[in-house]
Amino acid sequence: MKPLRLRRLSAQVALVPTWIIVIFAYIGTILWTIRISFTSSGILPKYDFVGFKQYDRLFQSSRWTISVENLAIFGLIFVIGCLVLGFLMAVFLDQRIKGEGIFRTIFLYPYAMSFIVTGLVWAWILNPTLGIQQAVQNWGWHGFTFDWLSRGDRAIYLVGFAGMWQSAGLVMAILLAGLRGVDEDIWKAARVDGIPPWRVYLSIVIPMLSSMFVTAVVLLAIAVVKVYDIVVAMTGGGPGISTEVPAKFVIDYLFNRQNIALATAAASVMFVAVLVVLGPWLYNQYFRQDRRAS
Amino acid sequence: MQAHKGRHALGIAASLALGLAAAQAQAAEKAEVIHWWTSGGEHAAVKEFEKAFDAQGGKWVDAAVAGGGGDSARADGINRIIGGNPPAAMQFNTGKQFDELVSNGLLRNLDPLAKEYGWKDKINPVLLNAVSQDGHMYAVPVDIHSNIWLWYSPELLKKAGVEPPKTWDDLFTDLDALKKQGVIPLAQAGSAWTQALTFFNVMIGEGGKDLYMKVLKDRDVAAVKSPEFLKVAQTFGKLRDYVDSGMQGRQWNQATALVINDKAGFNFMGDWAKGEMELQNKVPGKDVGCIPALGHNTYWVGGDVFVFPKLNDKAEIKAQDLLAKVLLEPKVQLAFNEKKGAVPVLKDVPSQDMDQCAQQGLALLKKGDYVPSSDILISPDMSGSITDLVASFFTDKSQTPENFVNRFAQIIGG
Repeated sequence: MKPLRLRRLSAQVALVPTWIIVIFAYIGTILWTIRISFTSSGILPKYDFVGFKQYDRLFQSSRWTISVENLAIFGLIFVIGCLVLGFLMAVFLDQRIKGEGIFRTIFLYPYAMSFIVTGLVWAWILNPTLGIQQAVQNWGWHGFTFDWLSRGDRAIYLVGFAGMWQSAGLVMAILLAGLRGVDEDIWKAARVDGIPPWRVYLSIVIPMLSSMFVTAVVLLAIAVVKVYDIVVAMTGGGPGISTEVPAKFVIDYLFNRQNIALATAAASVMFVAVLVVLGPWLYNQYFRQDRRAS
Repeated sequence: MQAHKGRHALGIAASLALGLAAAQAQAAEKAEVIHWWTSGGEHAAVKEFEKAFDAQGGKWVDAAVAGGGGDSARADGINRIIGGNPPAAMQFNTGKQFDELVSNGLLRNLDPLAKEYGWKDKINPVLLNAVSQDGHMYAVPVDIHSNIWLWYSPELLKKAGVEPPKTWDDLFTDLDALKKQGVIPLAQAGSAWTQALTFFNVMIGEGGKDLYMKVLKDRDVAAVKSPEFLKVAQTFGKLRDYVDSGMQGRQWNQATALVINDKAGFNFMGDWAKGEMELQNKVPGKDVGCIPALGHNTYWVGGDVFVFPKLNDKAEIKAQDLLAKVLLEPKVQLAFNEKKGAVPVLKDVPSQDMDQCAQQGLALLKKGDYVPSSDILISPDMSGSITDLVASFFTDKSQTPENFVNRFAQIIGG
């Protein structure tokens, strides 16, 4: 056997390409993006320095404010909705019902679709002159209106709903795996004690599944931060600018409006926001690891 | 703006074609051309360029990039130019989109060619100005598109017992009459750029040429705060009462089709709408009525240009020379623009074969009743801010014209 130090060295050498990629492709581009956000670049990068001018403009822009608000609304509906719906579906399937395979497939099916397809389908279903509203009116309820998609103050809720419809199946799959891992004896003990099933789920099973919930929340949160395609497909940011989201702001200014300085400023704000949320969690992880090691 | 057409389906095919084209671009006489003309009518039009170029000894290598009103094509081309692998020619909209490429010295100065072929006397002066910086020519304009047309269905107007409008008051009378008939009075698309297009129709038609120039060219905040501009905002706001709830999610061509098929009375759209009419065998000016900038009849001079990035290979430069020459030959101009629904950029091209709407446009051009397009006057950045404002105002009836004016002044002033 090789001495330990040599083995460590060869491992380090093997990691060099990874390090190069991490340093140049990830950290390098992040730093470059932040640098550009302090310039007056237009279509091409320019390396002057204009201080916080782009950030000033960013926070005065009503479109950015709306985008951030929309991200919060979408995020809440999407994450909470997916968790609740996914958990209920998982519990439903955990009752050892007949035809479980069929239901599982149906519940997971939307997740096989991209956000683009999801957005397009729901845009058609919810379109007042093509979809539900028109259908119900044709059945005879002429007074029926459901035009949230064309109302600036409501459309974002529908986007959140469509996202939830798509991703709830993922949460179901994760939690179902967790539920199947719950020891039968716990259920037996609970039955002996006469505890109602809802109480068992709420007080015993959910705490047991907490790591599964964390996994689901992390996956969903990532989807929230990068949300772009479903908005483009479903509303195009409209009516007006009422369903704009930060990622779309960045893309529009980067490629369409030829202002990469403002686009990178927006991207940097998104990056910092994610760090602020993730930071404590990361710190906690490493801190705990250190403690375990010692 | 004429390029904002639904063509996502072609996107993948086009990017594949692009990859192939890039591989082939090395050989001599070949000219790789990036453009975003991928819809049916546009494709037929660009084929005219290809035919003429190939007939004179060139080899056109098509690099069409579909989608997003040319955004993807421009992003693609710009990145290739910066990355050192430029195409021989690349399409832009007439205006400020390629200014920065010029100031960074990435595009060829076309003065020698302009001198040889006498372009500076032949091309419409507004366009010549738009493609020049410091008196040097950096792009070849190929068509003139006007964004400020009002299209109407003569049949529906007749049914409602009203005449085609001559003023904005007439228009609202007509719209009310159509509303009573139970048809969609104003077919409007949901995309923000179509709402901005409608706004510029109102601004030039109701406000007039001078107001438009004062606001967009001189960035005169006082002109934005003037009663005339408030009137524009009010008129534009009033149009909100005549659109239907199907607006959101509707594409520009679907909105135009509503008028073509006599399901809606009016539609504001650029003259590329004529492509849709041709598809359905309708004659512009007869089956579908056209009015250039209702109120103050005005033409809008925008359109498309080709730029020629600096290259090193002599053969490729020769191909660029040939291509530039071909694009501006009167015969080619006529053939291309007929299919494109646009007007040739040359001043003295015979026009008798053009449709009635194009004739009206040419007459306005001759008289000097025209304005440069907004793309020529303002940067894509400012144009984007205006589009955001206009779209949020148009889709939210609770916003007042006064508030709109104030926020417009902020954009123009800042």
